[in-house]
Order: sequence, then structure tokens, then C-alpha cells
Amino acid sequence: MDIKFAKQIVFINSVVPIALLGWDAYHHRLGANPQEYVLHTTGTLTLVFLTLSLAVTPLRIALKLPWMIHLRRMFGLFAFFHAATHMLAYVWFDKSFKLTAIVKDTFDRPFIFLGMFAFIILIPLAVTSTNGMVRRLGGQNWNRLHKLAYVAAISGVLHYYLLVKADTRIPVTFGIVLGILLSYRLIKRYFPRLIQSTRS
Amino acid sequence: MLIKKPEEIKSGEITDESIYHNRRLFIRGAVLAATASATGLLYRKLASPGREKISNTPTPTSAESIANQTANQTGGYATPGGEKANDYDDITNYNNFYEFSTGKEEVAVKAKNFITRPWTVEVAGLVNKPRTFDLDDLLKIAPLEDRVYRFRCVEAWSMVIPWLGFPLQKLLDAVEPLSSAKYVQFFTLYDPKRMPNQRSAVLPWPYFEGLRMDEAMHPLTLLAAGLYGKALPPQNGAPLRLVVPWKYGYKSIKSIVKIQLTDKQPRTTWNDVAPDEYGFYSNVNPSVSHPRWSQANERRIGEWGRRDTLMFNGYADQVAGLYSGMDLKTNY
Repeated sequence: MDIKFAKQIVFINSVVPIALLGWDAYHHRLGANPQEYVLHTTGTLTLVFLTLSLAVTPLRIALKLPWMIHLRRMFGLFAFFHAATHMLAYVWFDKSFKLTAIVKDTFDRPFIFLGMFAFIILIPLAVTSTNGMVRRLGGQNWNRLHKLAYVAAISGVLHYYLLVKADTRIPVTFGIVLGILLSYRLIKRYFPRLIQSTRS
Repeated sequence: MLIKKPEEIKSGEITDESIYHNRRLFIRGAVLAATASATGLLYRKLASPGREKISNTPTPTSAESIANQTANQTGGYATPGGEKANDYDDITNYNNFYEFSTGKEEVAVKAKNFITRPWTVEVAGLVNKPRTFDLDDLLKIAPLEDRVYRFRCVEAWSMVIPWLGFPLQKLLDAVEPLSSAKYVQFFTLYDPKRMPNQRSAVLPWPYFEGLRMDEAMHPLTLLAAGLYGKALPPQNGAPLRLVVPWKYGYKSIKSIVKIQLTDKQPRTTWNDVAPDEYGFYSNVNPSVSHPRWSQANERRIGEWGRRDTLMFNGYADQVAGLYSGMDLKTNY
């Protein structure tokens, strides 16, 4: 497999949703409440890319495609990019950059707190995503640090679940997928024999 | 295994290196374009930016009769305070109406074939003259008036909507409430064939709401059958809905089939589902937060920034008296 080409495909496809969102915004086609539309779409995209980044390891083992590991960083960085856009939309559209209102919101409302928490976790992960940082931290430390992606994903899904009024189907779906991806890791750790060809 | 001798492939038949690379480039370009289009289509399918422009064919029979009763509009629609009414497109494409969809942008699409004739409204309970009205008879009880009201959703967005209707009081007067009647309860149609999302369990069906008698008799409380001088489109609660402008939008129940007068405070759907989040009164109140979002300000649809939310949605002068002596923090 040509890794460079695989990366190109993934990059282009990852850009498509945010590009279409921008296109729709430019043409005033985001519906009656465009600010809310941007907020919700970027939030969902964050969870999509976090899920993808966490799916890489199980998939590459299950499908015996070891090269897939080279896609993980890109998914993670796209997740961070959408999270940052989501955060900007929130502090701008919802809070008009009023710091006191943001702080109050964060500590008054568990779902905002969880969102903030998840975003703050993602920052060091994005910062340490370069090859140089992996080297500087050492593989083992780096791996340990990047386990925080699990925490960010769990907080992110809970953040979504607590936000919706009654129709919890989408956050619950994210939760189920995330549950599968995380239980895979638990099984791998505590019952490694259940998962074959772990060496790939 | 056949091993070709070198002379079997003439040098002229060997693909030129540049063509070989070109073809590879071409195939890769095609793969990129194809996957990107597929992703684009998937995004379009999952994320609908709304505004599929549902052109509203107002409910067949009485659309004209309603329009005929409308006062001639000269200067457009605005509140007494001069706030301009929202666009018809915004009002009719951004709706909370869980009977059709939980997606505000999807309701218009899902509801477009909702049939609202024939339609009857049963008025029962503690009244002298209980009666089941045919909708067209009900609409003749009082002349329809244009009422431009602020509409404030509990989700912290708002609109200004030019309703067409008459005070609920006129209907209640017609059935002569008994003195024992203290509350009014309203029911939305339950018919999963016509309201497909009633097959899901997002809410217990049918939806019901309630008002205290003095709230129901208040001159601001409207039974609306139209907006912008036309019959209500399905997504806005056709053919008949309640409009209580000083309360959060979910109190203004849609597609009403039954009104019941009672002596006890009736149950209401959202209060049943989440009592700590939605109270019986549900008056717009910027100083009482919803547990999950602040009610201090709101996004007026069509505006960029946010507005401060007004006590009783700006109708304090008319309705604050209904609640004098009541603690509005506990009676939220």
C-alpha cells in the first residue's frame, strides 16, 4: 500500500465536511439559525474524528492492515481542529467572548464543563503529535499521555448526551461505538489471547 | 509457468514511462475525486442545512376563508415596540414539533402532507355546554385578528411571529365554564399514521399542556389558525394551536383536538418527562436558569448577536399581575 496516497485520500475526504460547511455558510444556506448549525456540526465532526482515530488500532489489527497506523495522527488532528472550531463558535456565537459568562457557564452546567474538559485534554495531545515530540517524550511516555484520548472521547460523548432534550439516539450511538472501541482495548489488555494476531 | 523470452516483447510495446505515470496519476485522481464525492454526499445526507424551501400549500378548504377575514395589511408586521416580524421562511422551516421530527429543520419536510380536514375539537370537562366543534364552525366563534407576538423557545432562541387567531377566552365563554373549573388542559392529535414520529418513544404521546384558568382567559392568550394572514402550515401546528406569548414555546401546544376544563392542576408533557427542568408555569424568566442553559439572553432568529431576555418575554405589564405574591423561582 502506498502510504502517501492513502494519506492523501484521507486528508481530502476529511476536509470535505468542513469545506461544505464553509460553502453553505458563504451562500447563507445554514437554515434559520446558522450559528447553532455551525456549533452543532463542528461538535458532531469532532466526535466523528475522535471515533475514527480510536478505531484505527482495532481496525488495523482486525483487518491485518498494519499501515493504517499512519492515518491515526491525521484523524486526531482533524478532531482537534473541529474541537477548536466548535469552541470558537461557542465563545463567539453563544457567549460573545464574555469571559465571566463562559466561566459561569462552565461551572454551572455539567455538559459545558465536560466539553471544556475534553477540549483542554485535546490540547496537549495536539501539541505532542509531531515526530519530534514523540522522540522527545519517548514512545512509552507518549503512549501513556495519548491514552487521554479515551478520556476526551468519553467526556465528549457525555457532553453531547447531556445536551439533548429528549432524542438521545445520536449521542447514544456514539456511546455504543465508543464502548466497543474501548472494550476492545480492555480485552486486549486483560485477555490478550481473545484477540489474535496482536503483533501486527 | 510460461517465461516469455525477451524478444517476445518488442521494445516498442513497452509502455513509455511517462504514460505509465500519467495513467497512475489519472487513476489516483479519479479515486480521490470519487471518494471525496462520496464523502460529500454522505455529509449532505446526514447534515441537512435545512431550507429545502417547502412552498406552503395552505390547508385546502379554509385557507381562503381565513384570508378573507384578515384585516388588510398595510405596513407589514411588527410588534408594538417596533420589532420586525421574522421571515415567513424562517418561521416555517425552524420548528420544534416532535410529532414529526426532533430535527427543527426537518419538521417542515416531514409534515408537508399532514391532512387537517376534517378536524374536530372537543371541549369538555367542567363546562355547562360541552361540545365537539367542527374546525370551521369553531373559527366562526370570533373574528380572526392579526397578533404580532414575540415567541421565546426554552432553547434560548426567539422569533417575532404574526399570528392570526382569536383569544381563547372567546371559545371558553362559548362553552360556559363552571365556577369549579380552575385549569384548562389541551391535547394534541394522537395519530401515528399522520404524525409518524409518534411511533418513536422520544415523548409519551399524545402531547398535552395546561394553563391556569386566569391564564387561559387572559386576552393575550390566543387560539391561532394562521400566520402572516394565511392558514397555519402543518409544521407550525395546523390547523389550530395555542399561543401564550409570555411562556416558553412548548406551552403553546399545536394541532389541538381536545380541551378539558378541570379543578386540579393538569399534568403537562415536559413536566412529566423532566420535572426539574420544565415546570407547570414555564413563564419566560431571565433570572431562572434552565439547568442546562442560561435563560438570561436569547438568539433572535435572523439577528447576529444575542438579545437580553425580557421578564415574561416583554409582556410583564399585561401579565405580571397574574403571579403577584408567587415565588417564580419555585414555580418555574
